[in-house]
Amino acid sequence: MDTLSRGRRPALGGEARGGLAARLREPTSVVFLALFGLIAVGWVLVALDGGQFLTTESIVGIQQRSAALGIVAIGQTLAILAGSLDLSVAYLISLTSLVAAEIMAGQDGNILPAVAAVLAVSALVGLVNGLVITRLHVHAFIATLGVALIIRGIVDHLYDGPAGKVPESFQLLGYSRIGPIPVSALLWAGVAVVAWFLLSRTRLGYRVYAVGGNEEVARLSGIRTSRVIVLTHVLCSICAGVAGLLLASRLGAGAPTVGTDGGYDLESIAAVVLGGTALAGGKGGVAGTVGGVLLLAVLDTIFNQLEVNSFVKDVVRGVVIVIAVAVYARRIKGRSA
Amino acid sequence: MLSMRGIGKSFLGVRVLSGVDLDVAAGEVHAVVGENGAGKSTLMKIICGVHAPDEGTIEIDGRPVSFGHPLDAQRSGIAIIYQEFNLLPERTVAENVFLGREPVRRGLVDRTAMDAATARLLDELGESSFGPRDAVKRLSVAQQQVVEIVKALSVNARLVVMDEPSAALAEHEVELLYRLIGRLRERGVAVVYISHRLREVFDLADRVTVLKDGARVTTVPIGEVSSDELIRLMVGRDLGTYFPARSSATGEVRLSLRGAGNHKLRDIDLELRAGEIVGIAGLQGSGRSELAKAIFGAEPFTTGEMTPSRPRSVREGVALGIGLVTEDRKAEGLALRQSVRDNALLVARALGAKGRDGVGGLLERVRLSPPRQEQEVRYLSGGNQQKVVLAKWMTMAPRVLLFDEPTRGVDVGAKAAIHDLMRELADDGMAIMMISSELPELIGMSDRVVVLRDGRIAGTLPAGPSEEAIMRLAAGEVT
Repeated sequence: MDTLSRGRRPALGGEARGGLAARLREPTSVVFLALFGLIAVGWVLVALDGGQFLTTESIVGIQQRSAALGIVAIGQTLAILAGSLDLSVAYLISLTSLVAAEIMAGQDGNILPAVAAVLAVSALVGLVNGLVITRLHVHAFIATLGVALIIRGIVDHLYDGPAGKVPESFQLLGYSRIGPIPVSALLWAGVAVVAWFLLSRTRLGYRVYAVGGNEEVARLSGIRTSRVIVLTHVLCSICAGVAGLLLASRLGAGAPTVGTDGGYDLESIAAVVLGGTALAGGKGGVAGTVGGVLLLAVLDTIFNQLEVNSFVKDVVRGVVIVIAVAVYARRIKGRSA
Repeated sequence: MLSMRGIGKSFLGVRVLSGVDLDVAAGEVHAVVGENGAGKSTLMKIICGVHAPDEGTIEIDGRPVSFGHPLDAQRSGIAIIYQEFNLLPERTVAENVFLGREPVRRGLVDRTAMDAATARLLDELGESSFGPRDAVKRLSVAQQQVVEIVKALSVNARLVVMDEPSAALAEHEVELLYRLIGRLRERGVAVVYISHRLREVFDLADRVTVLKDGARVTTVPIGEVSSDELIRLMVGRDLGTYFPARSSATGEVRLSLRGAGNHKLRDIDLELRAGEIVGIAGLQGSGRSELAKAIFGAEPFTTGEMTPSRPRSVREGVALGIGLVTEDRKAEGLALRQSVRDNALLVARALGAKGRDGVGGLLERVRLSPPRQEQEVRYLSGGNQQKVVLAKWMTMAPRVLLFDEPTRGVDVGAKAAIHDLMRELADDGMAIMMISSELPELIGMSDRVVVLRDGRIAGTLPAGPSEEAIMRLAAGEVT
């Protein structure tokens, strides 16, 4: 047996355990390499332009810009890893910003009930998303798009502009910082660490990968796949709710367009995919998403500092995302051939 | 240990099983055979809790059980190894083995324990070519099967159901499977073994149960039945000779290779003639499939000559009149969610033909039964799917048709039909090349057997070679 099996896989040892070169080709490494490359390029470009790239101000800017998108994208990562996706996050962010600001009504004492209400509303929306997908067998794309439209209808019916008021103390979440690190960035980091821990150390995490990798395999291994999908949607929506809280604290009020103006639905999916998580699920992780979000934020910062027109910005972002996914696809094809 | 009585099951009003009894004892290898559609898969799925039976009882160790979910069956000590592996390629061996049952310590997955337990089981099976932390996507098919078996053992399975376990394996890998089954038996594990390959049934099984049209025909100790009798019981008729008669008339050279090669193949000299079936033998990794893909233009030759011309792409290959019936029909041969007709017309449409003329006749010619054009291909049996692939190529009247494992996962009846059809096509003047891991098929069908080893032609044998002669060339032993 041994001669047979050894003959079959001569290359396994070196390849599978992976040298440094192999590890650098993993999407997570690719995105961080690209991030550092981009920072270097940005530094040179801004320097040539006569500015200074990585000032404290711009670093804080990058972190603040990233925080809300980052939190949403972490949630989106969970949904996508499980083979699903969530298009309702942008409207949910608007809704939760309004829920938070209306309940707080400028009173410090109302902060806790408001946060609780936001988490409850988001969890409920996630539950609906998950149940529509698993019970009614509606594709996640359509299910979450439908829920998104329902939320939009409700929000647009009730509000035509900013409403509610966030007390000063809660606004600290959006603006205060500890040294060069904004509190909002810490919140993002916290969410990322929790999600990373969940995915790599808990049974639920293992099952998320299994369901996204192959739902039938997961089911036949005794995993209750519907439950896993519903849970990832609840978590994804809660992340969106947290982002809604953060944006409300920045604005000082709730706004019916804060989520859609930020483009958090498609942008979060783009960040996840940029981070090397397979859109089909089962492969990828939180670290890549963090890299993807930072990459987009650094790109933004460079363009802002160079004062490039925002249409060019969108074109470049589009190109970057497409190239990234093409690179990952090429890598996979090269290996299986 | 397992006892099933009067099992019946219908799907959408169609009765697929009725009154089936099955008893399996501990440490027994119990083969279940039958043509496709006989109800084997459904019976297996009932054992494993994927489907619930409409009628009948299941007892384990004398206790009645009813499974609502595969998990219930798993808890009762039943594991199944499907024909298509149920593994996650992106995850490690240990993660796959403990999928859905990860050991936890203080609420967290205990990876150390998981890896250690997997390593111990791999060790017990004498498997040292890979470890618990290797990614499954990097393993060979045979190694993946070992992972499946380890998975079954890790649940302390006392009954392991194997559905066509050898279908994806090369001849020499089947030996590894035999050995694994031997170890299971030593541990007192009962094995239910489903296979189309009767030789394996005779090699492995203690008893065999024959199913036909959803009912049990008989259960007999393997020593009390001959291969011919078994076939008769399965199909209810005498198949006579397995293989259609050869015809001696070979015609013009349709395709010839001179010193052709690419990254996997070297110095290939080969002629395919009208009216001839050339068998290609070789171990896995010898370049068999690569040869077919190179001729077809999917992974083109980069050196040497090919007449009439060397295709650089599949499109050029098809333009030369070359067709390829691939090894993996579900992934490469068919659009599973489309109808029989759309699949049969895939090639014709790619070549710019319109309309739907002649599909009916074609489906009759390939003996598709029933010849329903509207049905989605994924609902067909393996044999019928393969017939649709054939129909697809026949629409362009190919000059050369390449077959890669044409009867893998196909039942005895459909196999004979495909063999007949191949000979018929050859007699009509087509040049046919057939790759097969099944030596009896190669020997029975081929007018010539070309043996590959390490990407080169190791030798060519005339019609009707012995298995030993082929294996000697394939393995490269000096005689």
